[in-house]
Amino acid sequence: MKIHEYQAKELFRKHNVAVPDGGPAFTVEEAKALAEKLGSFPVVVKAQIHAGGRGKGGGVKVAKNMAEFEKYASEILGMTLVTKQTGPEGRLVKKLLVEQGLNIAKELYLSILPDRATAKMVIMASEAGGMDIEEVAEATPEKIIKVYVDPMAGLQAYHLRDAAFGLNIPAAAQKAFMGLLKNLFNFCVSYDCSMVEINPLVLTAENNVLALDAKVDFDSNALYRHKDVVEYRDLDEEDPNEVEASKFGLNYIQLGSGNVGNMVNGAGLAMATMDCINLAGGNPVNFLDVGGGASAEQIENGFRILQSDPEVKAILINIFGGILRCDRLANGVVQAAEKVGLRVPVIIRMEGTNLAEGKKILADSGLDLINAADLKDAAEKLKAAIQ
Amino acid sequence: MSILVNKDTKLLVQGITGKEGQFHTRACVEYGTNVVAGVTPGKGGQKMDEIPVFNTVKDAVKTTGADASMIFVPPPFAADAIMEATDAEVPLIVCITEGIPVMDMMKVKNYIKGKPVRLIGPNCPGIITPGECKIGIMPAVIHKPGKIGVVSRSGTLTYEAVHALTLAGLGQTTCIGIGGDPVNGTNFIDCLSRFKDDPATKGIVMIGEIGGSAEEEAADYIKVNVKKPVVGFIAGLTAPPGRRMGHAGAIISGNSGTGQSKVAAMKANGISVCENLAYLKDVCQETFANV
Repeated sequence: MKIHEYQAKELFRKHNVAVPDGGPAFTVEEAKALAEKLGSFPVVVKAQIHAGGRGKGGGVKVAKNMAEFEKYASEILGMTLVTKQTGPEGRLVKKLLVEQGLNIAKELYLSILPDRATAKMVIMASEAGGMDIEEVAEATPEKIIKVYVDPMAGLQAYHLRDAAFGLNIPAAAQKAFMGLLKNLFNFCVSYDCSMVEINPLVLTAENNVLALDAKVDFDSNALYRHKDVVEYRDLDEEDPNEVEASKFGLNYIQLGSGNVGNMVNGAGLAMATMDCINLAGGNPVNFLDVGGGASAEQIENGFRILQSDPEVKAILINIFGGILRCDRLANGVVQAAEKVGLRVPVIIRMEGTNLAEGKKILADSGLDLINAADLKDAAEKLKAAIQ
Repeated sequence: MSILVNKDTKLLVQGITGKEGQFHTRACVEYGTNVVAGVTPGKGGQKMDEIPVFNTVKDAVKTTGADASMIFVPPPFAADAIMEATDAEVPLIVCITEGIPVMDMMKVKNYIKGKPVRLIGPNCPGIITPGECKIGIMPAVIHKPGKIGVVSRSGTLTYEAVHALTLAGLGQTTCIGIGGDPVNGTNFIDCLSRFKDDPATKGIVMIGEIGGSAEEEAADYIKVNVKKPVVGFIAGLTAPPGRRMGHAGAIISGNSGTGQSKVAAMKANGISVCENLAYLKDVCQETFANV
């Protein structure tokens, strides 16, 4: 689960990770009051959306005086910010972060995350701060240092020294840097973060070390033990279909523009089905895994969400019945179709447990559902339906 | 022959009295798996059907000689269950549970290192040697004893592969779901090395998906070590970067973990890649024509 920069900085403050003075604003008036409270310029205005690349998209501005500040705040609040992570449709900016400008001497990159290959925590850092770390990794991998921490033994002082010396932190700032890194590491582990990234981390002319940016992503599987983090969820930043599907415990991801909806059991099969749709000349609009124990109600709601999308020209249902039996799936689809109607052709491919019973339910329903013998047949029928 | 489990395997079930545990234990018993014990703390001395229930894994192992465990414990308690089985030195631990926090699994992975146990999963359908032993939640009916080994990160895609092999008349030696989590106990190479040494296994189907680099490493391993024919499939070629596609481990991070890179690695190392799931049976028939 992602949170906003201002929320991440709230958590950083609580855990003694230094951040610039400032706070969030939801109106231009609030933003001005915050700028006045800071007392001196420059003041930075930052758009708060769940996507990176905000600076390049015009969502971050540095104001030298109040007139400039007001202009920038009014421009950014309410703008549709397009960055390389938002897609061409962009994201509406509903919140700002207002912060004190700093006397920056050097920009660094710092992130901490669980490394799946080694099952250790990894601290990644680079002197090439403020740049896209993917690009740094590609062009100059030697500029990225990695420090691995055994989760059983935990963080040791030498890990901090490895990072500090690796980054050529000046002697006068080493204590501040190592303190920040230690606190950030402990925060990352204790809050089950799937990533904490500060880009840039800055050294000021006064030898202070602060997180100028803050990106935190939490392991969704661990949210049960972090109720305070759940409060930070911002539904405005999520796709409305995803929010709707999550109410019914459906694992749904909106993929953007497409013409074929799909409903599948199992994450791997759902991805493979998206790929099949693509190979059949269609464009999948979504990923939807109804899981192993889907109820008729869940299937009905999944079906309703798929049909509500005006771009959808056909729906492919692909179920390999294991725990989720074909007859239960068939009942769910029939119920759903009777309630919400069939707006587009629906192709159903079923296999596995109780297949014969499932096929009989579909046939007896009298509904105009398209039965596919196997996945090949389903692809052919899908091709015909979207032409 | 088979790998890891066979008709002599003695299974205990952690979380046997829960809804899922009961349901799937019964299905395993029905298949012929020798389920010798269950563990539910506080319910020691009771029975689930005819199976004795113990308070601790150590008690269950001591009394019954169980040599494999199937775990159905909910995510907040699953890491504890795996470590308990590890301390009781249960040689094979199969964790079905989905949704274990990554931090917990990192501790588990480091904890079991060097100990005489093998963990399969978590977040997996389990392992089955058709006709002999089923440990997991897979639908039994699609399997058929035969000569192909199956290893996969996904549950339902394993079933697709098994179904394709059964339709093709090839059958399976052993099928292993290694699970969809970013940190798991057993990886592709662990399974491939066993299939390579198993004389009954004449060919291998390997099913991967986006995220991480396990498929690329497995492809390198195959080129050097595996002389048996291998069919590969990768799910998620159309998945967008930065989104977790259902499985906690199925995510493209920046430029790494893409389906394209995995397919390229497989092709470069002599694996027959099936690029469209609808044709899996055809690719298997062709690749395994002479086995």
